[in-house]
Amino acid sequence: MSTKENGRAPTNTAPVERRAFGVWRILLPILVAAAGTAAWELVVRTYDIPPYVLPSPSAVFATLYGDWGVLWQSLLTTLLTTLEGFIAAAIGGIALALIFNLSKLVEYSLFPYAVILQVTPVIAIAPLLLIYLPQQTAVVVCAWIVAFFPVLSNTTLGLNSVDRNLAGLFRLYHASRWQTLCYLKLPTALPYILAGLRIAGGLSLIGAVVAEIAAGTAGAGSGLAYRIAESGYRLNIPRMFAALLLLSFAGIVIYALLALISHLLLRRWHESALGKEN
Amino acid sequence: MTEAVLSETDIPAARFAVSLRGVTKTYDNGVMALGPVDLSVRRGEFVSLLGPSGCGKSTALRIIAGLAAPTTGNVEVAHQKESTLPGQGVGFVFQEPTLMPWTSVRENVRLPLKLARVPASQSDSRVLEALGRVGLAEFAESYPRELSGGMKMRVSLARALVTDPDILLMDEPFAALDEITRFRLNNDLLALWRNLNKTVIFVTHSVFESVYLSQRVIVMTQRPGRIGAEIRIDTPEPRSEDFRTSAAYGEYCRKVSAALAPSYEGRTTL
Repeated sequence: MSTKENGRAPTNTAPVERRAFGVWRILLPILVAAAGTAAWELVVRTYDIPPYVLPSPSAVFATLYGDWGVLWQSLLTTLLTTLEGFIAAAIGGIALALIFNLSKLVEYSLFPYAVILQVTPVIAIAPLLLIYLPQQTAVVVCAWIVAFFPVLSNTTLGLNSVDRNLAGLFRLYHASRWQTLCYLKLPTALPYILAGLRIAGGLSLIGAVVAEIAAGTAGAGSGLAYRIAESGYRLNIPRMFAALLLLSFAGIVIYALLALISHLLLRRWHESALGKEN
Repeated sequence: MTEAVLSETDIPAARFAVSLRGVTKTYDNGVMALGPVDLSVRRGEFVSLLGPSGCGKSTALRIIAGLAAPTTGNVEVAHQKESTLPGQGVGFVFQEPTLMPWTSVRENVRLPLKLARVPASQSDSRVLEALGRVGLAEFAESYPRELSGGMKMRVSLARALVTDPDILLMDEPFAALDEITRFRLNNDLLALWRNLNKTVIFVTHSVFESVYLSQRVIVMTQRPGRIGAEIRIDTPEPRSEDFRTSAAYGEYCRKVSAALAPSYEGRTTL
């Protein structure tokens, strides 16, 4: 629509440039990773650094391969915790925002505590939770505490972003509160909710890891973060790196999955999901 | 608000679709936006409210729609049909198309029926009929962002028509469109008005548009908005593009402009 009156040269060459740019966007980070890994390998070999000080990338990958059984089990445990925390945060955040939206009284009463939970570092809360709750529950609660706030605040913002005239139209046609919620407020809030969930995905992983590390010093655990802590005590540095690598990878996958879901849900109508050429 | 309340005045109330008596609107901040205004609109009449920005003409329309409450005064909106469902007797078209971007044209037009809990099996044909009236039947599955400004406005009009209201309230609906699109929509609106026998109250700040469309132009004064003048446009129906270029049209435009002049003359600020 925007290009209908000017079909001049810049708009014609732009797609080619964009495609070339797209290739570089994938290629450049890979080159950086390759160069970084090569330099690291080279430094470790040249100076003959022992693996308990700094393992070479090849040693890390060898550990990843050799300890795969243990690491895989730990990854599954951490991912399960993350998923539980994420679901709890999604449901809790959206439900709380809906309740706040329906009742100012509840919002004024509870919102400050939501903020307090958010600003208190979770690493400081985790040991307390581990005292009062069973370990698995405490870990999920930690993931929830870290992750629910972005969902809550984004959903609240979304519910308050309703177009004034559309709201007027709903009043004109005597829409019930429930109809206004389902047909107007929730669809308006959807892009905001999805943005909140995307942040919450990464945060629930962080919450799970923090709680696992706190728990690792207190008792038995089997998550990836526990493996990192345990390997640290044993000076098994290559395994620390291998577990760290898996954690980052898990974080990337979670983010990519949520971004994909968001794109699929919004692609037909929301600006954020539309291509530049539209 | 939309219930028919027959008054005890000597006007035969049944002949009026809308009547306002002594209506004023004062905002919470103490600014008096409107009134007092007395206005009666006959059934099937096409009336324009014309005035400068901020003269309260949109406020008057919102009060008639029941979207805002008058501070003082009495508003009566009478419906012809006994069967009118709550909120279905008045159609409102905003200055912006005000469509839901997340759903198709069909679902946007269906909204008033859906809110009245009309089952989809019954609303399907009415939605298609309304879309057909504005010439968009083949765009039912499109999304609003895929349409041009004029087409979006047509969808908005179809949505207002889908409940088959007696009264159509339009708040500067074509103000944001280019002139050629506006001319086309003017003609289409006139055809709809003739065929469907609706009462139309049309808010605009275009002298030319108000003269071209309406049977009666109500010129409103600067804030607080009052009725400054009333000009009847007596011209043979049906109107067509010939009217737009006729001497009579020019004369009416001159008259309306002259009536509008006091509201902007001598004012240095807008």
